[in-house]
Amino acid sequence: MCKPQWDVVVLGGGPAGLAAALAAEKAGADSVLLVERDNRLGGILVQCIHPGFGLHRFGKELTGPEYAHLDIQQVSKGKIQSMLNTFVLQISSQENHIDIRLMRTGIVETITTRSVVLAMGCRERTAGAISLAGPRPAGIYTAGAAQRLVNLQNILPGKNVVIAGSGDIGLIMARRMSLEGAKVHAVTEILPYAGGLARNLNQCLADFNIPLLLSTKVVHVYGQHRLEGVRIAPLNPQGTVIADAYQDIPCDTLLLSVGLIPENELSRRAGILMDSTTGGPLVDELCMTSVPGVFACGNALHVHDVADYVSEEADVAGKSAARFARCGHDPQELIPVSHGPQLRYALPQKIAPGSTTTLSFRVAKPLGRCQVEILQGGKRLYHKNHLRLIPSEMIRVSVEFHTAGAVEVLCEERP
Amino acid sequence: METHDVTIIGAGVVGNAIARELSKTTLRVLVVEKEADVAFGTSARNSGVVHSGIHYAPGSLRAKFAVQGNRMMQELCENLSVAYKRIGKLTVASTEHEMDKLHELKIQGEKNGVEGLQILNHTQMEQKQPGIAGLQALFSPTTGIINPIAFTIALGEHAHANGAQYRFLSEATSISQNPDGLYIINLKTPKGSETIHTRLIINCAGLHADAIARMTGYDEFTVYPCRGEYYVLDKRLSEELNLLIYPVPGAHSGGLGIHLTNTTEGNILIGPSNEYIEDPQDFSSTAEIMELLKAEGQALLPSLQTSDFIRSFAGLRPKLNPPSVGGFHDFVIHRQTIHPHVIHLLGIESPGLTASPAIALHVFEMVRDLIPFQMKMDWNPSFEQQNGIYRQPYPLSYYEDEVRLALLHKDPDFGTLICRCEEISKAEVHSAILRIFGPITLVGIKQRCRTMTGRCQGGFCLPRIISMLEQEFGHRADTQLYKGPQSPLFSGYLRGDGGPANV
Ligand SMILES: Cc1cc2nc3c(=O)[nH]c(=O)nc-3n(C[C@H](O)[C@H](O)[C@H](O)COP(=O)(O)OP(=O)(O)OC[C@H]3O[C@@H](n4cnc5c(N)ncnc54)[C@H](O)[C@@H]3O)c2cc1C
Ligand SMILES: Cc1cc2nc3c(=O)[nH]c(=O)nc-3n(C[C@H](O)[C@H](O)[C@H](O)COP(=O)(O)OP(=O)(O)OC[C@H]3O[C@@H](n4cnc5c(N)ncnc54)[C@H](O)[C@@H]3O)c2cc1C
Repeated sequence: MCKPQWDVVVLGGGPAGLAAALAAEKAGADSVLLVERDNRLGGILVQCIHPGFGLHRFGKELTGPEYAHLDIQQVSKGKIQSMLNTFVLQISSQENHIDIRLMRTGIVETITTRSVVLAMGCRERTAGAISLAGPRPAGIYTAGAAQRLVNLQNILPGKNVVIAGSGDIGLIMARRMSLEGAKVHAVTEILPYAGGLARNLNQCLADFNIPLLLSTKVVHVYGQHRLEGVRIAPLNPQGTVIADAYQDIPCDTLLLSVGLIPENELSRRAGILMDSTTGGPLVDELCMTSVPGVFACGNALHVHDVADYVSEEADVAGKSAARFARCGHDPQELIPVSHGPQLRYALPQKIAPGSTTTLSFRVAKPLGRCQVEILQGGKRLYHKNHLRLIPSEMIRVSVEFHTAGAVEVLCEERP
Repeated sequence: METHDVTIIGAGVVGNAIARELSKTTLRVLVVEKEADVAFGTSARNSGVVHSGIHYAPGSLRAKFAVQGNRMMQELCENLSVAYKRIGKLTVASTEHEMDKLHELKIQGEKNGVEGLQILNHTQMEQKQPGIAGLQALFSPTTGIINPIAFTIALGEHAHANGAQYRFLSEATSISQNPDGLYIINLKTPKGSETIHTRLIINCAGLHADAIARMTGYDEFTVYPCRGEYYVLDKRLSEELNLLIYPVPGAHSGGLGIHLTNTTEGNILIGPSNEYIEDPQDFSSTAEIMELLKAEGQALLPSLQTSDFIRSFAGLRPKLNPPSVGGFHDFVIHRQTIHPHVIHLLGIESPGLTASPAIALHVFEMVRDLIPFQMKMDWNPSFEQQNGIYRQPYPLSYYEDEVRLALLHKDPDFGTLICRCEEISKAEVHSAILRIFGPITLVGIKQRCRTMTGRCQGGFCLPRIISMLEQEFGHRADTQLYKGPQSPLFSGYLRGDGGPANV
């Protein structure tokens, strides 16, 4: 077998891919390729023209394109090669390298690499997933598609808007559509609490007098041709619709912000083991998946709300991928990381003994006064009291794990 | 005044199959369709199964045309470049009583001329589909699956390529006869109202065929819409189902029961439900049935996850039996004594898709008795290889790379990505747009090349198709349509007057 063409190939040029490529280069990879299907780098940040990025990593508030620009500049200075307008069709692990099948204008080809970083981001959940009853008229868009239309294509989707789902994209679009002169009648959320970050609730809804209707479901859409209205109904505490308490809202546009799904068709087809809770691959503290040489980070690994953390995580993945390309990897016994019932997940799912690792986790539902604890072999390594924790805010804690004992991440309410 | 020999009302699979058959003749054929495109009705909203013919009473038109249509399908789909696979079907008995029914079905099928029927025991069933439940099954090897939308469109495009004219957004609202015996059809169009003259009318209006029949005084039948709802499941699951598996149908059921159906593209459908409704335009999905389908899906495919339900849709069966009677009525193909030059096709419900080519032959013979014509010498049974048109049974991603490489030499855009889920290239989308022979709509594009049908439902490709239409076809975004003139996609541009600021 001849030498693989690349040391590290990074799939996806969003903040995760950019940071991973930079880290791989810095860690000494001889050749790094960044593959992006769009016509520019930056990923989803390109269309996020609002501020709110970079406080953690750069110490100042930037817009999405500004944040991406800082990394793109770095990338263009070094010897990382980027391949734009290129779609990765397939990855497959061979004995001593990994094949990557690519397609772009005029070309379909397979390239070879020692290691790969998956940084494909995520896609939005659609109407299919939320059982939207009624016909299928024009005027129903996912919030992210609408964001692209407004911010990049100069198109106003509609003038009277209801937004289903209080995820961050929905909140940002509520403000964006209002700024463009549309009337946003309501943001509905089926849960009794909002899905997005607190600052977005204030800056995007409260400041624009847009009502947030919690425990409320869009149960029906109307209109044979273009959307004419939606029916919303409150939910009782068990989550079932209180049918006779419905309300009809005339509108021509429904934006769906009902969750994100890590984009992992490539990973699945490559036989990488997945975590059904996060929707991303199972990884260790190096961000390595079940297939040696394949690493994952960013929204492809688990959905992030803060780009800064994406970059931080990708830094680990990129560094590990470079190391793998240089030295390969000795399989060793890994320690499982488990979590208590109050948490939805904790990442990575496994770690090597004696490593310093940043754990990422989220609570399953909002908690009042509570304490977070991290234990190894029953011994407490970390604890912190919180006044309030919400699912939309990911917690990241760096811990030194000295022994080979099992790791537990716990969170208990302390009223 | 516009005069035609034959006017077909309705551009569904039946109308298009007839138009295509008649396009072999010197007759001037017109198809009028109230929607913006072919295949915007029931023909795009069904299970896409090419039935074998076991379920229909011997001697009925349904039995005859299903068996005959099934035999024609292979060659027709090859000529038209339509996806078709004979994957076979198991009708599964779970009780002793149902086992008796299986034997009756087999005898009925054999009477109808269905070939290769076999009763399988459980071990034999397991070989076809590991893990299958049930005591016995009737295996029908001739049952297949087809892309019903592509089929309906290809029939229409082929008829059109061979000279049949089409008028879209033209709803027949009344029919009268002038003193010379010519029929005058009033059409509601975007311009207001128009009339056309024709010597012969063929009513293929599906759910509205009873309304058209009443226009010539034929009121024997009422069409009762009976809704069937489905969910489309993610392709991830395609390998879980090797062939079609149906329960034994109930005695008075108007459907064949909720089940999983493979599609030619590798998705699985779950459905259809079976519910009489009032409005023949109401293709709504309902909360109750969606819940039911999700639960049934989980029971039939334990590995199913919520994110696998990618889209719901509904089709309406044009039933001739009222709800109080239920079950199935035979197809009605009728000529009135007082209007011998009007042929009504009523109640073309399942297996209408399967039967459509055979129905077309039958109607062709009826027309032969009514107006003289000659056969064209230059009629082409398959599509001309037109420059810039991609016409293959499957999107490019279904083929080995050699196919793509060969095409890449002709057009580099076979490597430019527009839809990430189905991996559809720009050249395929371009070709779909060129193939549309009525108004350009997003649904028309989607139905021709499968954009917006994958797991992200257009989140990725919709904005890109919009740009393509703007930049390559000069269609401003504020004039772009979802499925017709009443469904504009957007309110307008934000700044200035046109295109993207700088994408
Ligand atoms: C509307 C919105 C608002 C947000 N607001 C904030 C905020 O205010 N502050 C903040 O800190 N964070 C915010 N975020 C979160 C942050 O932007 C994301 O978490 C981050 O962009 C994820 O980075 P990523 O690189 O993992 O994914 P992405 O940015 O999605 O990048 C993935 C890249 O991979 C490419 N790709 C995918 N598949 C392939 C393939 N097969 N071949 C080639 N390329 C491929 C894609 O084109 C894309 O460019 C926001 C996110 C959104 C959507
Ligand atoms: C749930 C379901 C599942 C099915 N499954 C199968 C199956 O698996 N296999 C099978 O063989 N068959 C199946 N069928 C049956 C099959 O889909 C139909 O028999 C077939 O599509 C009927 O075609 P059509 O052309 O008659 O009707 P349509 O496709 O409905 O076409 C009629 C056309 O007429 C137009 N029209 C109506 N009124 C007017 C007017 N006044 N002026 C102008 N145009 C008008 C309509 O817009 C429409 O386009 C199924 C049907 C349903 C509902």
